[in-house]
Amino acid sequence: MKQIVRLTVNGERQELAVPAHHTLLETLRYGLGLTGTKQGCDKGDCGACTVLLDGEAILSCLLPVWEAEERPVTTVEGLGDPRELHPLQEAFDLTGAAQCGFCTPGMLCSGVALLETRSSPTRDQIVEALSGNLCRCTGYTKIIEAVEQAARTLRERESADASR
Amino acid sequence: MHPDELNEIQAALAGAAGPVGAPKPGEMSVLGRRNRRYEGHSKSTGRELYTDDLALPGMLHGKILRSPHPHARILSIDTSDAEAIPGVAAVITGADMPVEFGIIPWTRDEHALAVERVRYVGDAVAAVAARDEDTANRALAAIHVEYETLPALLEPRDSLNTSAVQIHEPKREGRNGNVTKHVRLEFGPVDDEMDASDVVVEGEYYFHGTTHAPIEPHCAIAHAGADGLLTIWSSTQVPHYLQRELARVLGLDVARIRVIQPAVGGAFGGKSEPFDLEFCVAALSIRTGRPVKVLYTREELFYSHRGRHPIEMWYRVGASKDGALKAVDARSLLDGGAYASFGLVTTYYSGQLLTAPYRLGSYRFESTRVYTNKPACGPKRGHGSVQPRFAFEVSLDKLATELGIDPIELRRRNFMGTGETVNEFRVRSNGFLECLDAVERASGWKQKYGRMPFGRGLGVAGSCYISGTNYPIYPNSMPQAAAQVQIERSGRVTVFHGASEIGQGSDSTMAAIAAEELGVPLGYVRVVSADTDLVPVDLGAYSSRETLMVGNATRSACRELAERVVGALATAWDLPEARIRLANGWAHELAEDGVSDGSVGDERSNGLRRIPIAEAFQLAEAAHGTLGAVGHYDTPKDVHGEYRGGTIGASPAYSFTAHVAEVEVDADTGFVDVKTIWVAHDCGKALNPMLVEGQMEGSAYMGFGEALMEHHAVKRGGPEHGLHDAPSLLDYRIPTSRDCPEFVSLVVESNDPEGPYGAKEAGEGPLHPSLPAIANAIYDAVGIRMDRLPFTPDRVWRALRTSRPSSP
Repeated sequence: MKQIVRLTVNGERQELAVPAHHTLLETLRYGLGLTGTKQGCDKGDCGACTVLLDGEAILSCLLPVWEAEERPVTTVEGLGDPRELHPLQEAFDLTGAAQCGFCTPGMLCSGVALLETRSSPTRDQIVEALSGNLCRCTGYTKIIEAVEQAARTLRERESADASR
Repeated sequence: MHPDELNEIQAALAGAAGPVGAPKPGEMSVLGRRNRRYEGHSKSTGRELYTDDLALPGMLHGKILRSPHPHARILSIDTSDAEAIPGVAAVITGADMPVEFGIIPWTRDEHALAVERVRYVGDAVAAVAARDEDTANRALAAIHVEYETLPALLEPRDSLNTSAVQIHEPKREGRNGNVTKHVRLEFGPVDDEMDASDVVVEGEYYFHGTTHAPIEPHCAIAHAGADGLLTIWSSTQVPHYLQRELARVLGLDVARIRVIQPAVGGAFGGKSEPFDLEFCVAALSIRTGRPVKVLYTREELFYSHRGRHPIEMWYRVGASKDGALKAVDARSLLDGGAYASFGLVTTYYSGQLLTAPYRLGSYRFESTRVYTNKPACGPKRGHGSVQPRFAFEVSLDKLATELGIDPIELRRRNFMGTGETVNEFRVRSNGFLECLDAVERASGWKQKYGRMPFGRGLGVAGSCYISGTNYPIYPNSMPQAAAQVQIERSGRVTVFHGASEIGQGSDSTMAAIAAEELGVPLGYVRVVSADTDLVPVDLGAYSSRETLMVGNATRSACRELAERVVGALATAWDLPEARIRLANGWAHELAEDGVSDGSVGDERSNGLRRIPIAEAFQLAEAAHGTLGAVGHYDTPKDVHGEYRGGTIGASPAYSFTAHVAEVEVDADTGFVDVKTIWVAHDCGKALNPMLVEGQMEGSAYMGFGEALMEHHAVKRGGPEHGLHDAPSLLDYRIPTSRDCPEFVSLVVESNDPEGPYGAKEAGEGPLHPSLPAIANAIYDAVGIRMDRLPFTPDRVWRALRTSRPSSP
């Protein structure tokens, strides 16, 4: 049986009919065609499905879609304008933080959530923030580097803005 | 294309400031730099499309029913209830696809769906296609299978010694059908040399079994078109082999099957052979006339497996007083699981790949692979050689201790250099000494080894790996790799190649080679890869073959085109060809010294010409017609051992690695905290250091996980006999960012004459030393030898208790 659910995803209001038992992940991927968010395990173990809900990184495969109603959802597609990427997306590209790229959308969401709350995260805080996202390619080395680099970029921007 | 790149190109084409000059002779303009990945932008924005991201109109969802028994005869299958469920479009069983398949032509022993017998918990029995996933799952539950259970063999020793239970029918009468392969090879007088050795180290070692666990589950979509063509999209790393096996099993003409490999979310060898889902989607699509998709659940990945073989190993190593290795004698029993997979090759690799970087005076190995009623093992990153490398490098450490020689020094003394190995393989470049130097320096070895307080330690290990194999999996004398390159008059270059991009960067590498050879900015290169309808045959992403083989093929095609472009310019400018260079978006006239070009100094005063590369391409097109070329690479066929099996392990080029690991062992809990792994790898030439480092870090990470955390195993006894022990990413513990040590990559370049621009592999070799380096570091830290993997706290704690009864 399907029911109508109302979501705000990447700033856009959406209304669609979904099977009553669907998760936010299923709705994003199959209902809205937002395939950037990945399914790696479907049981909350791998973090590939991480999105931002109310600005916090959450596992969309564990969240019944109804729980996301009337709360802002941001997926990887909404992290940056394609013409102006989020500094973390740019840093991923420059440091080689994405290899196969499958964990990347979830990593980006966890990283952005961290950078929203801390402008100068320590290495330990970065490691902690990413610890729910499994990566099988990189050993996390370049992903951690990317977060550090993005934090620097954001700080530089902020101080440039402040001195203006 | 990324906006920055676009700006670069526009700037270059407009003749604005920027790196637009010709590089110095012998220097490269694109390769050797930390260029962004070809598809990096798609990946960092979530736009990259993996197989499960694709959907076709009218697509059905498929599911596979799996055996609950480790070994059983199928008495009957009743699918009528399932077929009667509204929304179920088709149900198929083994009777629909009775032809056996397998990646190795001599050991085809699998069915897409079980025929008469199931051989492990998880063996595929039937498949359904339905309008949605929920309906498909309901249909699976409505299929009634009657089994007669058979005794299940879970221990390799039982398989070896039991003839009453035969997991597969013996190939010949009187043979044990539980044995996949037995190999015994001897090089030199091992027994005499062992007797003549001053020191002999003997030990039993055990590798426990691990799986790939890519984050992307296997997925396949099939579409049987009304035109009779079958298209398969699959998360495979071997589109060509998949196409061939699909044709065999389905009884179709290969030419009517198209395999497309979308972006793959990690593979590591776990997607390098055909799997049941690919046959099932094809058969279901043919049956229903509609597209069908199957996506494995995470649990199914653990059962489909093909991971690293558990191996019981016995090693005896003899050396003279000065440390020279006189004799190595090895015996291995490989636990293959239910099917052969690559097992024939694995059995050879377990011995054949051990013979460098050290000079072995004499060498004998005897390896036996047996079937057990467990998920089938296969090739995992560092196929067949990670386990023996562990046993051997720990043996070397013991030898160093016995002889009182520093472990790095012992390895230096046995360095083989270039030339022939004891088993007649040809090594043409060898940067292993530089690797040892690099990790020794970076780790502070001389100050720290043997001198840290109890609980802290350093360990070293080395290794060698292949850059592809000289012989393909099915015998043929055609090229192993090929590429087709097309130049368009806008300045755009397209490379059509068969290599499978699985995250390692093969598309980026081919794009960079084309940009280098044809003088275009990277953003002007398009790559079309791994689509059997569009690109020349490549054998796939396995055995670390893509950079060397497809790289050489791409370079060859590009060079042919570059010659045409340069030739046309030489005529137009009335210059010798040596005075023209294509680079950085321009065609440059070089001064007579061959160095200066029109971008340096005052263009008019030195009179040197240059034109945008697109104009040069147009001149060439006017002179020669449409610009396209093919290139191929064929492996050396005269370089291998002159004995049965002597071709297996022969490679165009060998890579070398050394690791030093630093650990802290908590003697109270047995917890091993790996602090840092320094990884030095001889990749020949780093065509993109960022990608090479990524491979080194990722390899060392994977080896670290296998050493300390991961264990692929099944339960024993009772009703759960043969059931997977931990089929989830929570219970099968792969390292998180919290668990990992720091990985420090140190790139070494030895410029192999066979590699493109000197390049060799980097994707698998750097995994090997992680395990023995950690084991050796534990010895340095607390004085215990961990000869059996994994080094989990309970095992380390017990080993400590045994060695130091007084400790807590």
